[in-house]
Amino acid sequence: MNRLVAAIPYARLLGMDVVQGDDGIECVLPFHADLIGNTRLPAIHGGVIGSFLEMTALFRLIDESGLDAVPKPISFTIDYLRSAGPRETRARAEIFKLGRRISHVRVIAWQDARDRPVAAANGKFLMA
Amino acid sequence: MAGSVFRAPGTDSRSALDSIRLAVESRRHRMTTERTYAMGALFGLAKFDIGQFTPHAGRLRMRVVEAGPGFATLALPYHEELVGDPQRKVVFGGVITTLIDQASGLAVACAMEDLAAIATIDIRVDYLRAAEPGCELFARSECYKLGHNIAFVRATAWDRDQNDPFAGCLGTFMIGANSGGSPFGGLKDTAGAKS
Repeated sequence: MNRLVAAIPYARLLGMDVVQGDDGIECVLPFHADLIGNTRLPAIHGGVIGSFLEMTALFRLIDESGLDAVPKPISFTIDYLRSAGPRETRARAEIFKLGRRISHVRVIAWQDARDRPVAAANGKFLMA
Repeated sequence: MAGSVFRAPGTDSRSALDSIRLAVESRRHRMTTERTYAMGALFGLAKFDIGQFTPHAGRLRMRVVEAGPGFATLALPYHEELVGDPQRKVVFGGVITTLIDQASGLAVACAMEDLAAIATIDIRVDYLRAAEPGCELFARSECYKLGHNIAFVRATAWDRDQNDPFAGCLGTFMIGANSGGSPFGGLKDTAGAKS
């Protein structure tokens, strides 16, 4: 999986890692100053959280499907639940349907505790 | 009854004319009384640097193309490090979300009479097609409703032609989201000092 991170330039820009969780992969986004959106809080940029969630969904899909091409996003919806502070963020994706053409994924990101999510997302991807 | 004119009971033609005149006057007054915008000093083409107050936007080399009452257009130069699909060299979807989120936050700030902190509640991006590799990307967002608590935006993103977008978006923002203040507050101050 970390070979995949190395192969995707934007995943490297974010500085994310993939670790093996109890069931399926878990993604880790260490904090660094380039990720800040609002300097007054400070908080991680909403777009960075969105990207991290989308990348987590993508990695989970590639991991589960064994595809060698990157699935194409059709639509991606992000709910921002709390402001994401200047610290490590983690995310896990759950595949609701792994289709031959279209797959549906839910992703949750958290910081301090998994039951206090900072964001949740719902994405559809074209597999072929 | 040839030549007769319909009249509402209890009115004559003069008072009817007066009430029309009054309505026209008050409408003209509403139209010419300018709504003042907190970000008004920054309206126009490329008036400020978004990266100055939003480090991540600066990191991606995002720039303001135009800002105006309730709308904003941003540009993002193509760069290898934004690629999400190494085979096709296409910019990662989340980068487009970032561009649209930034344009939308700015559009909401540009709709306000008094600047308040805002936070994204949700954002949905539809990827209509792949963005063309090597092309500068643009996003324009419009705040089509500014309520007391919630603002609603719609946005599109394109590469070569504004009429051929590669992404569409709907989003909602919370107004007065935190006590930290708007990151655009600093922008507004610098613009105020310049003008």
